[in-house]
Amino acid sequence: MDCINQLAQCLNQGGMDSGLAQFISIFLGVVLVATFPLLVTILLIWVERKFAARIQDRIGPNRVGPFGLLQPIADVVKLLSKENITPAGADKPIYNLAPPFMVAAVLLVWAVIPLTPYHFGVDLEIGALYVITVASIGTLAVMMAGWASNNKYALLGAFRVVAQLISYEVPLAMAVLIPVMLAGSMSLQDIVKAQYGMWFVFAAPLSAILFFISSQAETGRAPFDLLEAESELVAGFNIEYSGMKFAMFFAGEFMHVFTNGVLMAVLFTGGWIGPFAEQAPLLGLIYLLGKASVWYMISLWVRNSVPRLRIDQMMDFNWKFLVPMSILNVLVIAFLLQVIKQVGLTPIDPNNFIQNLPQTVVLLLGNVFVGYIMLSWVRSKGRQARAADEAKKMPAAAVHAVGD
Amino acid sequence: MNVLNEWAFIGVFFLIAPLLPALPILLGAVFAPHKPNAIKTATYECGVETVGDTWVQFKVQYYIYGLIFLVFDVEMVFLFPWALAYKQLDFFAFGAGLLFIFLLTDALFYAWGKNALTWE
Amino acid sequence: MVVGGLTPQAIAFGFFTILTLGGAFGVVLNKNLVRGAVWLIVSLFGIAGMFVLLSAPFLAAVQVMVYIGAIGILFTFAVMLTRSMTNMRQRFTTQWWSALIVVGLLFVFLMSGVIVPVWGGISPEQAGDVVATTTDLGVALVDGNQFVLPFEVASLLLTAAIIGAIVIARQHEEE
Repeated sequence: MDCINQLAQCLNQGGMDSGLAQFISIFLGVVLVATFPLLVTILLIWVERKFAARIQDRIGPNRVGPFGLLQPIADVVKLLSKENITPAGADKPIYNLAPPFMVAAVLLVWAVIPLTPYHFGVDLEIGALYVITVASIGTLAVMMAGWASNNKYALLGAFRVVAQLISYEVPLAMAVLIPVMLAGSMSLQDIVKAQYGMWFVFAAPLSAILFFISSQAETGRAPFDLLEAESELVAGFNIEYSGMKFAMFFAGEFMHVFTNGVLMAVLFTGGWIGPFAEQAPLLGLIYLLGKASVWYMISLWVRNSVPRLRIDQMMDFNWKFLVPMSILNVLVIAFLLQVIKQVGLTPIDPNNFIQNLPQTVVLLLGNVFVGYIMLSWVRSKGRQARAADEAKKMPAAAVHAVGD
Repeated sequence: MNVLNEWAFIGVFFLIAPLLPALPILLGAVFAPHKPNAIKTATYECGVETVGDTWVQFKVQYYIYGLIFLVFDVEMVFLFPWALAYKQLDFFAFGAGLLFIFLLTDALFYAWGKNALTWE
Repeated sequence: MVVGGLTPQAIAFGFFTILTLGGAFGVVLNKNLVRGAVWLIVSLFGIAGMFVLLSAPFLAAVQVMVYIGAIGILFTFAVMLTRSMTNMRQRFTTQWWSALIVVGLLFVFLMSGVIVPVWGGISPEQAGDVVATTTDLGVALVDGNQFVLPFEVASLLLTAAIIGAIVIARQHEEE
């Protein structure tokens, strides 16, 4: 934002009317911030395919350009040349608006992400809430896509996707509450700056895991990708889309996963914080992208390794496990924060690593406690279910034994 | 005034963000062939002809999930300012938040018990 | 910057007014139910913009998150689940004049309540001077002298909503 103001002043001094100068500099800033993730996405297409290939013990794209690096360009050219078949009876305005809006919902998140100590789109004072808000716009776009295709399978697919998306927004928002609580501010830049002393992933690992799992589900990534499973429900809500519109849905999904990686980095692992980040802002950007890439790789790793969940398993997992766990997590951390305050362990200087240690250890123990409770509860449920299964099999085995 | 500037950025972003992906789509419309015929534009149903009205079966389950999500969304809305101001507050704030969350968790367990959360 | 006598705030206000009212007209006048739901969402975006202009960004985010992200979705669920896809049109009811009278009276009542401050005792000019941050809202929500009771009652209300919804849905299932 500072750069934008400086550019506006520059133009103003050059003789332009100040309001117009402001508008032009805002416009340029927006275009710059919005183009960055689109360019990253082009690289991501290659990364995804190579990574998936290596995990599956094959090579992946390696013909187009060195190491297959130009493969995304080949993909884009191919998709550009595909015919845009609009199904008969489709609601044209809504049908055409859905793909751009889905991508826009992801792009909008980048407006508030602090890229370096001094460069960001805007530092909204409600940054964290804005991120969650924009996620809910994406679900609307999916609904519109499913409806406007005039295809009942697309509509069914869209309903399931929307049910999944709205369900997993609850633990996502609850997990975001913790960094807000720990930092005392919703602004993403403040949250990053509050991690000088200790990254939040050490003080609240359970929230990080909750956020990670929920964001995987929000983007429709394995193990939650029943709805884009190519072998299942005939491709779901984007079945009637072809050509570039389909490409936009896919590109939007890759961008969303990377954006979630960036959000993980900002909210839990310190964003642009690293040695010499204040003096050389470019280093801050590199740290942020590096951390985001680590989280992105982890999500790719999970995607290529685990089987998918059925829709009822997904919903049960969310409402009967994740939501209670996130609620318990919020309560326990809130309680421990108060206790820490009373006992006097609150770090006086939040930027000091050593002073942050006692608080971090206490919160970490709280997290472990919550995790232990939830996991042992799930274990006992699992044991009950297994015992019930054995009991059902038992009479049949007894009958067999008697009959011999 | 500076705050309004920030939101002007967001406002312009809201306008530009759908336009940027629309550009490749328009480019595609220019380069792609455009030869619609009755078979290509027919609704896709695994290769079979569509019979009858396109009607989606009404499942109460979707609506219930939507309602429970709505209630938790409003709960989130209340919890965000609470979490924001939490560090400056004392145990009374924790108690108030605990009561608030506890009542809503109660509702969740009620829904659970009544099998409203099971996807049939 | 002044364009033809209008400040940027005025232009933004005009834009959001057009969005809100235009969306509302779209909801009422459009015979296609799903298009109506889309216009409703447009109108709600306009209201969110108004909140931003009133220096209440938190409320704007709440508006988008709850109204558009939850209620808008519920609306579209309801509309799409209870109508066949080929029959999305609804006839206008013939008693629109009685609705007009009722809504007109309600409008007059609300506007007089705003202009002559019968609620809260502060006039719109005074309300415009109040500047509070979201942190103040958070403190106020749990302050024993301020809003902690409405805070808890709100959660009771939400609990009642869930229980009511489940009761009604189960009745429907058993039919």
